[in-house]
Amino acid sequence: MNEQFEQITAKEQAAAAKFDNAVHVCVAASCLSSQSDKVLETFQQQLKENGHSASCQVKGVGCLGLCSRGPLVAVSHRDRPESSELYQHVTPDNAPQIVAALVAGETAADLVCATDTPFFQRQTKIVLENSGHIDPERIEEYVAAGGYQGLLTAVTEMTPNDVIDEVMRSGLRGRGGGGYPTGLKWTTVAKADAKQRKYVICNADEGDPGAFMDRSVLESDPHRVLEGMTIAGYAIGADKGYIYVRGEYPLAVARLKKAINQARRLGVLGSGVCGTTFNFQIEIRLGAGAFVCGEETALIASVEGKRGQPRPRPPYPAEYGLWGEPTLINNVETFANVPPIIRNGGDWYAGMGTAKSKGTKVFALAGAINNTGLIEVPMGIPLREIVYEIGGGVPHGRVLKAVQTGGPSGGCIPEAYLETPVDYESLQQLGSIMGSGGLIVMDETSNMVDVARYFMEFCMTESCGKCVPCRVGTVQMYHLLDKIYAGQATTKELALLEKLCKMVRETSLCGLGQTAPNPVNSTLRYFRQEYLDLLLDGERVTAVATTPEAQP
Amino acid sequence: MKRSQIITFKIDGQDIAAREDETILELARQNGIRIPTLCYLESVTPWGGCRLCMVEVKGTTRLFPACMTYPQEGMEVSTVTEQLTTYRKQVLDLLFAERNHVCSVCVSNGACELQGLAYELGMTHVGVPYLNPSLPLDASHPYFGLDHNRCILCTRCVRVCDEIEGAHTWDVMGRGVDARIVADLNQPWGEAISCTSCGKCVQACPTGALFEKGKSVAEMQKRHEFLPYLALMREGRDGDSEQ
Amino acid sequence: MSNKTKLATVWLDGCSGCHMSFLDIDERLVDLAQLADLLYSPLVDHKTFPDMVDVTLVEGAVSSEEDYEKIQKVRAHTKILVSLGDCAVTANVPGMRNPFKVAALYERAYHENAQLNQQIPVQVIPPLREMSVPVHQVVAVDVFVPGCPPSADTIFFVLTELLNGRKPDLTGRTRFGA
Repeated sequence: MNEQFEQITAKEQAAAAKFDNAVHVCVAASCLSSQSDKVLETFQQQLKENGHSASCQVKGVGCLGLCSRGPLVAVSHRDRPESSELYQHVTPDNAPQIVAALVAGETAADLVCATDTPFFQRQTKIVLENSGHIDPERIEEYVAAGGYQGLLTAVTEMTPNDVIDEVMRSGLRGRGGGGYPTGLKWTTVAKADAKQRKYVICNADEGDPGAFMDRSVLESDPHRVLEGMTIAGYAIGADKGYIYVRGEYPLAVARLKKAINQARRLGVLGSGVCGTTFNFQIEIRLGAGAFVCGEETALIASVEGKRGQPRPRPPYPAEYGLWGEPTLINNVETFANVPPIIRNGGDWYAGMGTAKSKGTKVFALAGAINNTGLIEVPMGIPLREIVYEIGGGVPHGRVLKAVQTGGPSGGCIPEAYLETPVDYESLQQLGSIMGSGGLIVMDETSNMVDVARYFMEFCMTESCGKCVPCRVGTVQMYHLLDKIYAGQATTKELALLEKLCKMVRETSLCGLGQTAPNPVNSTLRYFRQEYLDLLLDGERVTAVATTPEAQP
Repeated sequence: MKRSQIITFKIDGQDIAAREDETILELARQNGIRIPTLCYLESVTPWGGCRLCMVEVKGTTRLFPACMTYPQEGMEVSTVTEQLTTYRKQVLDLLFAERNHVCSVCVSNGACELQGLAYELGMTHVGVPYLNPSLPLDASHPYFGLDHNRCILCTRCVRVCDEIEGAHTWDVMGRGVDARIVADLNQPWGEAISCTSCGKCVQACPTGALFEKGKSVAEMQKRHEFLPYLALMREGRDGDSEQ
Repeated sequence: MSNKTKLATVWLDGCSGCHMSFLDIDERLVDLAQLADLLYSPLVDHKTFPDMVDVTLVEGAVSSEEDYEKIQKVRAHTKILVSLGDCAVTANVPGMRNPFKVAALYERAYHENAQLNQQIPVQVIPPLREMSVPVHQVVAVDVFVPGCPPSADTIFFVLTELLNGRKPDLTGRTRFGA
């Protein structure tokens, strides 16, 4: 198998060596939505017309990161690799300009996007190492970039226990938001008794508003996720895996399908993985637009073909999961971290990050920030650095007010706490969570009651309706927030809101309900005055100050 | 079944000897300790949705639904605390405010489990605003009716129809506060061909949402004592008994 | 003036059943009269609400603009406000119109169901508010007595407790729809 990989790598390198220049056009969802497919065509066509198609390679690649400047095009030169250029806001109209410059050995200066900025320099790419470099639709490029080496090592040189030990040593924690130690989860599933078989599930039901990390990984480097899942399957003794992708990600689904076929053909997936006796099949399951299906027990129900509703844990899926069998569920980014960990060793990975949060984390920067896009940074980096250096600060000369992490389950972190290092525990202490990686920046124009109301509306419409506190509590809380925001509420209603927050958090069945009050709690914690300013305050309906009976 | 070891633990200070495969709720009932429930129905799969049976366990701040939690050796469970009573009343608050529960004109007035719990917990009024949704009534079935205004989505009807009658006429559609009980593929009940008209759902329903036609205010008494016997007979038939 | 407790009762949107149940206290009314003076009520003649009363029993939901104004006045001139009966406590039957728009309601009542003089009244009849709500959604309420209607015994118990300066504990005594 290794020889086969070497052959592919050699062939790929030889093919690349034939070209003097390479043009990489981002064809991930964001750039694609601004016609990067047309840009790609234009390049191919223009170079052909100019007779340079033999000397210049043109290919679509995954996400180049700085989505706000898209469509992005990276141009590199074999003879002078140091002077590669990144072009921004490329359209089918201005593409010829770049081609002309390329042919003339020059740069189209007015379209160049500076890459010596902190956005590019301060990132550490592990999960995104191939994004923007390889063609996501060709397994050969993934192999040439070192792909499937981790799997090969795992299945040919390591025992399942060795693999788990390595993951354990890496200190990797669940990137879906919970932060449960991945190695520990794998150990539990590996030790669990299966009636017939065990399962691996990849949670790609990324639903937080403003989050697009997993989408980008799947669209830019789908094989990395397949490899991570297959290694996991080997480690825990599973022969079947499911990727649960939300239906709103058609491009990711298409690329995954292609990747699965390619991997089967190459022999790194399916029967006899890498020529061993280990079998592993992966199937895709599509979500139908329910946020709650990101919750693992609801996701399992959905994979089983049932209504996507959670059930109380314990028992956890590690013991009683898909079809009642021990099941390992990790999210896309967690699996994407596994191949490099096996390739480079757990100690290498543990060398990055903080004492309790190892490695890197991918964040999707969105909101009032100059550099909207996808970044990967080492754990423990201060929020300020992410926002002001990598993110380029707040546009229009406005003042930063808060950073929202963790989506509808998370919280707002005010400006005063921007020095906080980004790790699981620190964010939790501030009343927020790491979450899956959505990072929304808000400036002075955001009203925090409105922000809380927005997230509550989200939870209300996404509640599955199984348990009473979440089903009705979110509606009541939304109405109260709406009334407060409209300036029609009194302190009595604010008190009721706080009581409901506590009750819904403590008594809801699953994470959706338990965390639904978080945006309210965290905005109340740091921006209480904004709530108080909106209350009718002294203007009570009643003139006599009798104490209303305290209703629970 | 793997779980069959005998363990001891405590409910409200009372020593309980139990098999590991019995839930805290079942064990509490066997020992004469009442834990309020609405979605729980003996003999069908527990659901864990109403959150009324939440109990406290010493050593953790998390609350556990008694209907789906198994005891562990040495566990100390509290079923009545100030916090739990507060939460239970709040759950009832939310339920009463969610749809249009008008006890005074309901067929189940006086025999309704929701109303009964409000009485038992000393609830004198509803602390949150009423949502006043506009909901339909399905009277297409010749013998029974379904009034969505009184439904609390406990899914007892769904489970009893699926697990005991084996018809699976009922299910839930929509989500969140818009979730509704539906017959077959959201057809009028009277046109649902899978319905055997056995009426188990009506007897299982804790409120007046499912009722027998011809019953007027406060005339609908529900009987579901027979369900465990049916379930027991089924178990024998399936050869899937205790051991 | 005597130093007896000043009592009032108010009738909003309800069927008067709670007042009937109050009268069902029968001969025990005489005992109550030893402790309290009934200063304002649909059962007595006074047309204006007194300056300040100790206890007011409110029957009925807040449905019309008149109810809305009246309950605020009553609250302002009452020490202990009691929501008496399901209409005051839950909006009950008056609240059953809430899922419908007021215009549809008028249409139904004054056009579809009327045979003579089909017109929506604009004078004398107070206009309906968008929602019929329980009293405590409008003003603070001190004691809740659910029941449709609460039994005479329940009302007697509540009044005896209040007139003796205690807050009545109704657990196990009455319920919604009782």
